[in-house]
Amino acid sequence: MTFTIPIENGSELKNAEADSQRTLYPYVTGTSVVAIKYKDGILMASDMGGSYGSTLRYKNIERMKAIGKHSLLGASGEISDFQEILRYLDELVLNDNMWDDGNSLGPKEVHNYLTRVMYNRRNKFNPLWNTLVLGGVKNGEKYLGMVSMIGVSFEDNHVATGFGNHLARPILRDEWREDLTFEEGVKLLEKCMRVLLYRDRSAINKLQIAKMTEEGVTVSEPYSLRTFWGFSAFTNPTAGAEGSW
Amino acid sequence: MDLNLDAPHSMGTTIIGVTYNGGVVLGADSRTSTGMYVANRASDKITQLTDNVYVCRSGSAADSQVVSDYVRYFLHQHTIQLGQPATVKVSANLIRMLAYNNKNMLQTGLIVGGWDKYEGGKIYGIPLGGTVVEQPFAIGGSGSSYLYGFFDQAWKENMTKEEAEQLVVKAVSLAIARDGASGGVVRTVIINEEGVTRNFYPGDQLQLWHEELEPQNSLLDILNAAGPEPMAM
Repeated sequence: MTFTIPIENGSELKNAEADSQRTLYPYVTGTSVVAIKYKDGILMASDMGGSYGSTLRYKNIERMKAIGKHSLLGASGEISDFQEILRYLDELVLNDNMWDDGNSLGPKEVHNYLTRVMYNRRNKFNPLWNTLVLGGVKNGEKYLGMVSMIGVSFEDNHVATGFGNHLARPILRDEWREDLTFEEGVKLLEKCMRVLLYRDRSAINKLQIAKMTEEGVTVSEPYSLRTFWGFSAFTNPTAGAEGSW
Repeated sequence: MDLNLDAPHSMGTTIIGVTYNGGVVLGADSRTSTGMYVANRASDKITQLTDNVYVCRSGSAADSQVVSDYVRYFLHQHTIQLGQPATVKVSANLIRMLAYNNKNMLQTGLIVGGWDKYEGGKIYGIPLGGTVVEQPFAIGGSGSSYLYGFFDQAWKENMTKEEAEQLVVKAVSLAIARDGASGGVVRTVIINEEGVTRNFYPGDQLQLWHEELEPQNSLLDILNAAGPEPMAM
């Protein structure tokens, strides 16, 4: 069902792209997603930015979406590929509902499906340029997993994408516990998101936090974090310096 | 000076789409360049898809024209089958299908705007790559770089039709002042329940910005107006 416009091979420059359909580089991208398991389920956070190269072009993109009744998908990377993945999942959920057999797709099944899709695309050298975080709760079982654009897939108690791996995971390794309450979990995620806001150039100060429990999946309204700039060292960093630093 | 007349036609461009209380206003400049040469100084970058949906085109002139042509064709069939006017959302999605599935070959950023009876006035931005973003206002093209700050400050919800159009004309005009790839005239298209209105603002009738001077017929007029012997020392 792809509408491809038939073209003849153009100039030398375009040949590499023309003979095989492959994504060479992303255009509109989302930055980190961070997620943790907590006492009652899963918490996931992401900001609402869509960068276009170095421009912070879109500031209202929802990068976390509910899948079926039990799961939530968060994505970083190319937004158009994420939108396409959501379409695939829509079809998956629709077909699942059409069985009308009382069963519904859980996070484990969705994660497996996504892993297959991402890995197969990678094998054709035409990846979906995303790193996905899939979380959910079904029949009391908490599930949190990740799939990258090359098909690397795993589950863990806390996951992050992109910059989150370098800035958020160390904090989580230190401070995550099995029995975090909702309040503690949210504070922990906000701590991670604040660090990302300070240190990730493509982060914006507008985020959402999503909660997955047995009852269902909810995504919060967008909100902003307070930032701290009151270190005395910040006011006059070069006082007493030999030259410029 | 390298004119490079064999360079692909590209519409450097400034394109804008803005919603207001009752519809949308689309705006664009009119410059199409081939390398450094201005191939067309009065192009129309706001293209009709249906009676109630228009699209602003930027990037490669050829790519944006062929995508619009395909989508107009599909929408025509869709309207016949549906028995009523196509919605703005459907138009945006058809463009998305082409843009996304041909992302490696196409180089065009589009802004779709229109009015339908279900959602009223809507604007959808479709940048390179084929992402679709519904927005209260959208800017695109090379000239848009100069307008992010302007819109952050000047945009407000629920403007009137007149306020919205003035905002668009002012913005395109500011972008033209700074972007070499944008120029010519400002074209606007207003779409609402009543219908579609096209407007045209020639370059010499736009407001003057910083370091721009009032146009004169000739130096002679200035010299004559100044006094009897202006050049005498």
